[in-house]
Amino acid sequence: MDLELTDEQTSLRDELRRFLDDRLTSEGLRACAELPGSVDRKLWSQLGEMGVFSLTVPEADGGVGLGLAEAVLAYEELGRAAVPGPVVATFLAAGLVDGAASGERVVGAVVDAAPAVVEHLDALDDLLVLRPDGLDLVAPPTDGRPRSRPFDPLTPVHVVATLPQGSRLGGREVGDRARLVGGLLSAAVQVGLGEAAVVLATGYALERHQFNRAIGSFQAVKHLLAEAHVGVDVARAAVHAAAVGLDEGGTGVGGTCGVDSARIVAAHAAARATATCVQVHGGMGYTWEVDAHLLLKRAAVLDVAFGSVEDSVTARSQALATG
Amino acid sequence: MRLQPTDDDIEFRDRLRAWLGPALASLPEKPPHDDWPAKRRYDTGWQRQLFDAGYAGVSWPKEYGGQGTTPSQELIFLEETERAGAPYVGCNFVGTLHAGPTVAAVGNAEQRERHLRPILRGDHVWCQGFSEPEAGSDLASLRTRAVRDGDHYVVTGQKIWTSHAQVADFCELLVRTDPDAPKHRGISWLIMPMDSPGIEVRPLKTLTGVSEFSEMFLDEVRIPVANLVGDENDGWRVAMVTFGFERGTAFVSELLRSQVLVEDLVRLAASRDGGAAWADDGIRRDLTIVAAELDALWAYTKRNVSRAARHGNAGAGGSIFKLAYHETRERLGALAMRILERDALALDEAGGSGFDHVEERLYALSLSIAAGTAQIQKNIVAERVLGLPKERQWTSS
Repeated sequence: MDLELTDEQTSLRDELRRFLDDRLTSEGLRACAELPGSVDRKLWSQLGEMGVFSLTVPEADGGVGLGLAEAVLAYEELGRAAVPGPVVATFLAAGLVDGAASGERVVGAVVDAAPAVVEHLDALDDLLVLRPDGLDLVAPPTDGRPRSRPFDPLTPVHVVATLPQGSRLGGREVGDRARLVGGLLSAAVQVGLGEAAVVLATGYALERHQFNRAIGSFQAVKHLLAEAHVGVDVARAAVHAAAVGLDEGGTGVGGTCGVDSARIVAAHAAARATATCVQVHGGMGYTWEVDAHLLLKRAAVLDVAFGSVEDSVTARSQALATG
Repeated sequence: MRLQPTDDDIEFRDRLRAWLGPALASLPEKPPHDDWPAKRRYDTGWQRQLFDAGYAGVSWPKEYGGQGTTPSQELIFLEETERAGAPYVGCNFVGTLHAGPTVAAVGNAEQRERHLRPILRGDHVWCQGFSEPEAGSDLASLRTRAVRDGDHYVVTGQKIWTSHAQVADFCELLVRTDPDAPKHRGISWLIMPMDSPGIEVRPLKTLTGVSEFSEMFLDEVRIPVANLVGDENDGWRVAMVTFGFERGTAFVSELLRSQVLVEDLVRLAASRDGGAAWADDGIRRDLTIVAAELDALWAYTKRNVSRAARHGNAGAGGSIFKLAYHETRERLGALAMRILERDALALDEAGGSGFDHVEERLYALSLSIAAGTAQIQKNIVAERVLGLPKERQWTSS
C-alpha cells in the first residue's frame, strides 16, 4: 500500500500543470467563450498529443498504456486550469471512436433523456449517449435549441428534443464502465477546481489589506480557507484511492473507497471551496470579473455529469443496506 | 500509487490474525464502567499479552524493544486489532504513544533502561501533565513551577485533563524552570513518580458522566534532577519531539469504530419501527453521506501513512484528518439520535444492539477539543499549509 505519487506520476502531473499554466491564462480561458461550443480546438489537439485523452488506452492501440491513477492526476490538472469542453467524454471515447484519442475530434456525452440538455454541442464531432443497456455513438443533433444564459459561461448548452439512435459501441458493461469512469474523472476535475479555488482565494487573502493588515491574517478568514483545503485534500485521497482500486481490479462500488464515495465527497468539497473563494473575495467575488464564479459554476456542472452525484448517493446507500 | 499490500505486509497480517484469535478468546471479562483499577488491570494485561507475543510498541524502534514496523504494518496492526475487537490501548496510551517514544528519542541511557521495557510490558502506566487551568491552547504559558533544591526539583502547581492519573505510576510533566525566559524557553520535561508525596488527584466528571480524567494538584513535590529528560529549559522541544514522527495513525481505531457504528445504525434504521427510519429519505441520505466521508477518511489515513513511510512523518495530515473527522463524527452522533428517537433519552441500552450510540454521540463533542481544538488545528492548516500569516504576533509573557 502506497498512496504517494511515484516520480513518474509527479512528473506527469507537473508537466501538464506547467503546460496549462502557460497555455490557459485567465484571459485565454475567458476567450474560449467566443469559440464555437466554447472549445479551443488547438488546445484540444495539444492535449491529445500529450496523451491526456488516451492515458488508459493500451500502447498497442496507440495509447499511453497507463492506469486510472494517472488519469485522475491529469484530470485534476484540467480542473485546476478549468479547461472548457467535454474533456471527460473525449477520454471515454478514446479507443472507441476514431480521432478522439488524438484530440482531432471533440466528443461529447449525455445520458439519454427526452428532452436532453447537451453541453458544447456546437463544438462536437460526435456524441456518446449513455443508455441503460449500453453506450451509443450518434451524430451531434443539428436541431438543438441553444439556451441563451448557460449557468457556466464556458459550458454552453442546447436542448435536444429527442436524441438520434446512432450506432452501438458496447452493451451494458461498456455503458456501466463509462458511467463509472465518467463519474470518477468528473470527481477528479472537481478536486482540481476546488484546489484552484483555495489557491486563488489564499492569494487574494494575502494581498488584500483591510484594517491595515492582510485579511488572511484574520482567523475568521483563514479558518474558512483551512476548511476548504481540508475538504479538497481529503477528497483528493478518496479519488486517488478509488482510481487505484479500479486499476487493481476492484468494482468501484461501495466501501473503501469506491467511486460513489469519492464522487460524493469531491462534489461537496468543490462546492464548499469554490463558494469560499467567492466569499473571501468579498464584493469582488460576486463580480463577473473575478474567476471565482467560473470555478464555482464548473464544479456545479460536474455534479450532474454522467448521471449525478445523487445517483452515487443512491448507489452508496444501497451498498450500505446490503452491508 | 497502489493499494495492494506487499508480501511482507501480507505475511505480517496473516501472522497477526493467527495470533489474535486465540489471544482474544483468553481475555478476561471487560471491566465495569468507571472502575479505573479494574480498567488498568484489563488494559495492562492486554499490553502484557502483546509484549509476550512480540507486538508491543509496534511503531517503536527495535533498539528500544519495539517492533520497528513500517507505517503500513502499524496500520495493519491497528486495523486488524480493532476489527477483531481487541482492547483499545486504554491506560497504556500515554506510555506507549507519547511518553515512551519521547524517552526513547531524548532520554539518556539510564532513563531508557529504567522506563521503556516496563511500558512495553504493561508494568508501568503513565499519565500526561501538560495542560493547566490557565494553559490550554496556549500550552507554553504553563506556570507550574520547579525550583532547584540540591539534586531535586521542588514542583508546585496545578495540572488538568490528566487521563488515567488515578492509576498511573509515572507522569510526563512539563514545568517552568526559568520564569524570566521567553515562555517557550523556560520549560522542562520531568518524569514524576506518581507515588511522590504532595500529589493530589481529583477526578473530573465529564459530560458523559464518566471520570475519564483528573485535576492534579502538586504541592512541593520533590522530583530528582536525574528525572529531567533533555536539557533544563529545553522541555518545549522535548514535548514536541513526538510530532516529528507522527504517522497519521492516531485515529485508526476511532475511524474503524465509526464505520461499525454506521453499519449498526443502518441495521437499526432498517429494523426498528418497520424500517421507518431507513425509509426516510433524509435519514438515509445523511447516513450515506457520513458513510462516504468515512470511506474518504480511510483513504486519507492511507495517504498519511504512505506519506509518513516516504518522508518520516505525515506533516499537517494529522490536523487535516482531525478537522474532517470531527465534523463527520458529530453528524453521525446527531443521526443516532434521530434514528433512536425517544429511546435515546437514556445512555444505557439505547437501541439495544450492544453499541453505546448515545454515549458515542456525547463523546463526539470531545473530538473538536481534545489534543488541540478545531480552531487551533485550523490555524495550523492555514499557517503551515496555506502560508497565511498569524493573526497577531503575541509577545512572550
